Amino acid sequence: MHNTNDNEMTLIFKSKSANEGFARATVAAFASQLDPTLDELADIKTAVSEAVTNAIIHGYSNTVGDVHIHCAIKGRTIYIEISDKGHGIKNLAQAMEPLYSGCPEMERSGMGFTVMETFMDSLDVTSVLGEGTTVKMSKTLRS
Amino acid sequence: MDIKLQTKGSTLIASLSGELDHHSAKAVKDMIETAIVNKSAQNMVFDLTNLTFMDSSGIGLMIGRYKLITSIGGKVCIVSKSKTLNRLISMSGLTKLMDIYQTTDDAVKSMGGM
Repeated sequence: MHNTNDNEMTLIFKSKSANEGFARATVAAFASQLDPTLDELADIKTAVSEAVTNAIIHGYSNTVGDVHIHCAIKGRTIYIEISDKGHGIKNLAQAMEPLYSGCPEMERSGMGFTVMETFMDSLDVTSVLGEGTTVKMSKTLRS
Repeated sequence: MDIKLQTKGSTLIASLSGELDHHSAKAVKDMIETAIVNKSAQNMVFDLTNLTFMDSSGIGLMIGRYKLITSIGGKVCIVSKSKTLNRLISMSGLTKLMDIYQTTDDAVKSMGGM
């Protein structure tokens, strides 16, 4: 049955680092209709920031492409899908290991996927080499 | 993102305010590195009191400066009262490398010699 609270939004922006703040603030604004706690909102913003940064740094590296964010609200759960059509990840299992960084020279902590996994309820990553990466996350907010 | 740099003795205090992410981390890193050299700092305090957002880019930034400062025999610590930031910091394992204090005074005192 269709829930009257159900909602969706899509955001498309260029893979420029200046858009990282814009992306997480926009998703947070969309999530705010669920009346989240400050902690829940911070978790969502941080997870989105990690996924968007990955798309910019690793997905497109030195090129500029589109980053897509699709958010859906069903009941008290927010579903967030962040995708790029960049390089894709060669070894996904290795990339998702804590402290592994694909760009050690860039001073990345290698904690991006661990942060997403810890701060959200679910994380699902699919990547095809040469085609791009999609990160799907969800979080059910307390009522 | 704003950064205020000051020294107390041989300790450089970097007070960050606003949002620290991948976009802002590079400029912050460059300013801190320059200050460490120009002021001959031996220790360093990251004051995150006025930071409203940080992701793992901030962790990478602090680990990078930790490596630099410890290579010259110094210490690095953090000032943060934010539950959200502290959760990210402890999750990253950073608390094994540096202590967290409530105030910059406590942090500077922990360096000794002040």
